[in-house]
Amino acid sequence: MAILVNRDSRVICQGITGRNGTFHSLACRDYGTNMVGGVTPGKQGETVDGIPVFHTVWNAVRATGANVSIIFVPAAHAKDPILEAVDAGIELIVCITEGIPPLDTASAFHAVRFYNRRLIGPNTPGIISPGHKCKVGIMPGYIHMPGPVGVISRSGTLTYEVVDQLTKNGVGQSTCLGLGGDPVVGTSFVDALKLFKDDPETEAVVLIGEIGGSAEEQAAEYIRNEFNKPVVAYIAGRLAPPGKRMGHAGAIISGGTGTAQSKINALNEAGATVVENLTQVGAVMRQILK
Amino acid sequence: MNLHEYQAKQMLAQRGVDVPRGSVCYDPLEVLIGARALKTDRVVLKAQVHSGGRGKAGGVVVLSMEDDIRRAAAKILSKRLVTNQTGPEGKPVSAILVEEVLPIDREIYLGVLQERAAGWGVIMASAEGGVEIETLAREAPEKIVTMKVHPVRGLSPYQARGIAYRLTDDRQLAQQIEKVVTVLFEIFVGLDCTLAEINPLVVSGDRVVALDAKIVVDENALYRHPEMELWRDRSQEDRLELSARKDGLSYIRLDGNIGCIVNGAGLAMATLDLISLHRGMPANFLDVGGGASEQVVADAMSILLDDERVRVVFINIFGGILRCDVLARGVIKALNQFGARLPVVARIEGTNIDEGRRLFEESGLPIEMISSLDEAARVVVQKAHAA
Repeated sequence: MAILVNRDSRVICQGITGRNGTFHSLACRDYGTNMVGGVTPGKQGETVDGIPVFHTVWNAVRATGANVSIIFVPAAHAKDPILEAVDAGIELIVCITEGIPPLDTASAFHAVRFYNRRLIGPNTPGIISPGHKCKVGIMPGYIHMPGPVGVISRSGTLTYEVVDQLTKNGVGQSTCLGLGGDPVVGTSFVDALKLFKDDPETEAVVLIGEIGGSAEEQAAEYIRNEFNKPVVAYIAGRLAPPGKRMGHAGAIISGGTGTAQSKINALNEAGATVVENLTQVGAVMRQILK
Repeated sequence: MNLHEYQAKQMLAQRGVDVPRGSVCYDPLEVLIGARALKTDRVVLKAQVHSGGRGKAGGVVVLSMEDDIRRAAAKILSKRLVTNQTGPEGKPVSAILVEEVLPIDREIYLGVLQERAAGWGVIMASAEGGVEIETLAREAPEKIVTMKVHPVRGLSPYQARGIAYRLTDDRQLAQQIEKVVTVLFEIFVGLDCTLAEINPLVVSGDRVVALDAKIVVDENALYRHPEMELWRDRSQEDRLELSARKDGLSYIRLDGNIGCIVNGAGLAMATLDLISLHRGMPANFLDVGGGASEQVVADAMSILLDDERVRVVFINIFGGILRCDVLARGVIKALNQFGARLPVVARIEGTNIDEGRRLFEESGLPIEMISSLDEAARVVVQKAHAA
């Protein structure tokens, strides 16, 4: 099954005629994703290398039966397309855009929850299920390999790094999911763990956290109480000075909370295998799966 | 983006919150004139820097009108203020806020920030103001009152009132506090703040006065508030951090001697961690982003070469969107332009790796390629110690 995206996903891209929208829509299709359409107001009737473009998400959904959308709209305008996707009935919304004001995300997220949809991101690399040849994101597809490990992360390139290690260690992935680097994101570690728990294709999970907030501590509590599969965890940012945003808007130690040590301790106590050296994640997971 | 205390107070005052009488001054004579204009016995001089802990660092001084106010002001303006939050280099003081000194009956803490899990606004208040909320949260969390505010519905009057009556039973006082809560929340939402704080809000006779205030505006939302750029004080920000931001890079100064170029915030943090595992210390955190161009890479490189503390450069790139050949061209361009005075260790992986490697090898520059990340980190630290 993998989680959230699979061979049955029918994907549209909001902002498909922009530079990034075009590039990544085609890259997703090349990987095997069923890209059924795109949305750019005023350009209905055009195509992007054969992918039909629609004025509105509603038109796209009606014509194609799309159930997943990937958003590449600039930050200043990104709240509206999330709401548009929600109202058009899209079940899974993947928002790649970085730099959306968190108050905008919060109000869009409210609508997502109210209508019982799912939002991944913003500021996410997206999601990929290699065994289903379905990629809804900007990650390099070729580093992935089908297999039993779920990957959840707040960081894009760090996910690639870890996936690359897993693959080189002969450990494939069921679904890899970037939660996004913003302080407010639509899907949390706990949300993702719940899905992996019920996914028969997933045998173990890699959790990649970083400083800021308390999502990893909440994940630790869930792992201790409910989760029944092995977890290998890595937390980035042990050297981060308090009060500085470390690249991601959400990666900041403030008011003494959000330190790497607090997250490492919580995950250790919950029974996860916390790896100190990033370069060991793949090898440790291979050992666990033996 | 941080605002100065005087700027935050102006915002509050414009919306009807009581603040101490006073003025912002930029030289000692102006401070003296400002103090006399208050027609009071005692005044307080407050250094305007982007940092807490100013009082303990000598940046806040209470004086009587008989004291030598000019000399006290000159002293504050003459040197960088080093607080427990600024680091040893401190921050320059170019302005002093001169204010009346008020008798204080009570101190209250009031702050608004955003909760992460669902993005609600959170108002926090405590009858014990004046102390840092972090300290209070750690030592006596039961003394903090919190109120969650829905992101779409907004703040209801009963919520602001509820906060006020948790702080006092006095009706007249509660009405004033309710108004301050409402205004502070309006500023938080209206200006897209990550933090809006009054600490302390004091009760002085029948007045409720914002004695100190801190407002941090979200950088991502500044496009909605172009007027705020006028309030940005560049002197309070690190020179290299500013020049990095101009180039669209994310840069943070650290205390070591290894310059790092990395793509992606997570990988950047992980690289710092790896260096420290090998007992080295990075000079910076420099993230060129997931999809940097050749020019951005060259700009990043030039920022490192401009930092005299850097002894060795570590390039750790996992090319996804960013292609390794683009990266290599950027690095080579910068080294050819600014001179290859430092050893460079590069660990690159991902898209177009063969082309990137070839470009480095054929460049004739002192770039050492190591394919194992762990090994590369070890070698970098070794070189930093040897230099």
